[in-house]
Amino acid sequence: MTDVIASTGATHARPMTSPAVVKPARSGMRSWLVALVLVGALAASWGPAEIGRWTYLFSDAGNMATYAQDFLKPDFKEWASYLREMIVTIQIALWGTFLAVLLSIPFGILSAHNMAPWWVLHPVRRLMDLFRAIHEIVFAVLFVVAVGLGPFAGVMALFVHTTGILAKLFSEAVEAIDPRPVEAIRTTGASRLQQVIFGVIPQVLPLWISFSLYRLESNIRSATVLGLIGAGGIGQILFESIRGFYYPQASAILLIIVATVTLMDILSQQLRKLVI
Amino acid sequence: MTEITPIALSVTNLSKRYGETRALNGVSLMLEQGEMVALIGASGSGKSTLIRHIAGLEIGDGDSGRVEILGAVSQAGGRMNREAARGRVAVIFQQFNLVGRLSVLTNVLIGHLGRIPRWRGTLGLFNRHEKDKAQAALARVGIPQVAAQRASTLSGGQQQRAAIARTLVQEARILIADEPISALDPSAARRVMDVLAAISREDAITVLVSLHQVEYARRYCRRTIAMRDGAIVYDGPSTALSNDFLAELYGAASEELVLPDAAPSGPADPMAPSGVELHTRQTALATV
Repeated sequence: MTDVIASTGATHARPMTSPAVVKPARSGMRSWLVALVLVGALAASWGPAEIGRWTYLFSDAGNMATYAQDFLKPDFKEWASYLREMIVTIQIALWGTFLAVLLSIPFGILSAHNMAPWWVLHPVRRLMDLFRAIHEIVFAVLFVVAVGLGPFAGVMALFVHTTGILAKLFSEAVEAIDPRPVEAIRTTGASRLQQVIFGVIPQVLPLWISFSLYRLESNIRSATVLGLIGAGGIGQILFESIRGFYYPQASAILLIIVATVTLMDILSQQLRKLVI
Repeated sequence: MTEITPIALSVTNLSKRYGETRALNGVSLMLEQGEMVALIGASGSGKSTLIRHIAGLEIGDGDSGRVEILGAVSQAGGRMNREAARGRVAVIFQQFNLVGRLSVLTNVLIGHLGRIPRWRGTLGLFNRHEKDKAQAALARVGIPQVAAQRASTLSGGQQQRAAIARTLVQEARILIADEPISALDPSAARRVMDVLAAISREDAITVLVSLHQVEYARRYCRRTIAMRDGAIVYDGPSTALSNDFLAELYGAASEELVLPDAAPSGPADPMAPSGVELHTRQTALATV
């Protein structure tokens, strides 16, 4: 620390400047290369992403204005039904997250390299990669086919995807534990499972709770979108009203969603403080 | 093989290699029941490695000897017998190794795990008798009032005493302690050593305690085993461990071990030599 201060503060520190000259030269080359690659990628994507249509934002400005104007007059006449659907959405997220947490406990421990042998670790990790790689919406489409339209398909979609995420986060927490208390418990003659219950879980619990609450928050957001493909909740009526050009109603629904997510954020922060 | 065997612990020709370094080099020792023996040596001499082998946390090399605990072989020829190895030797660690977020009482109750039905231990269903025993163990080490606190809220000395209570509950006949006092201030260190000595005396428990400070070995243990480079270089009465003799055994490294004769009561600072070393290393870095 003091060296850094000295080298920046003292202008006459000759020996310190020579390495300082070499370093920017090398990192300068690298940042030029990165910039070049980035510009190349952007240029190649211009056509396929139809960025050329940006002029439409202005030529159709009139449409945009009427669109925005409708949104500025939220219509809460049907608020009771919006609220009912919002609660269904929260309930979908709650169950999806709960089931995911349950399964992430064993999967998270089995995919931590300080807990499981490689022949368990790798299959479990690959399975979790699979769960994580496929988006909730895709799972929801699959489950709508399997269990029919409605909230349950949404629960299953969130459950599978969230398990993939939480198991990874849980295992990272397990990998960061202090191994010494676990070793002490081992010397008492405790079984492997007992070592995990008394030595590992108490150490990771605060982090696990924090991760789970965060996922609950994000799952409420995700659950609103799941309505798009018919998996129930407030998303369903949101997209119905947008498709039917009922913008004031859509605006009211959006406001309810924003309020709920904000509320959940505050609530989970309080919960976290309570348990940690 | 009978229960009244006078030999509590025997290690025969135990070796361990980590890559090129020989951490243990044909170590043999024998402890009688009820003995309290000090294990000394500079850092890197193999004290901790030996203790981890006796505790069943490490396995010796395939061509190496055996460890016997109360007549049962816990490991031989690089193979571990889990039944004999775990639970029958209680271990105390330098960093106490309590689970910080659990209550002190729960930490002590963990000592029961190897002895009670597995399902009950797994679910944490300890009965009244077991809880009373844990509470009694805490009273015996002098900290009954902290039972409900989180272990992390305790001072170092209190944590080490809670760890001793855990081993009391375990009811092992052998207790090994890996530098139990090197993280403690002198007064806390003395209290921990007093508790260990009392346990050894009153319950006839065999105690092997590795120490960094020879003064404590002289004061608390009649017999001392000294290690250097993974081998035992001295095994005999602690009274023979004069500073001159230690200097002969360890050369320059003896500075790490030898303390002024008044060490336990005086303003002993066991961290001083390493602190100086660290300081010089920092200055060396700064000049580069």
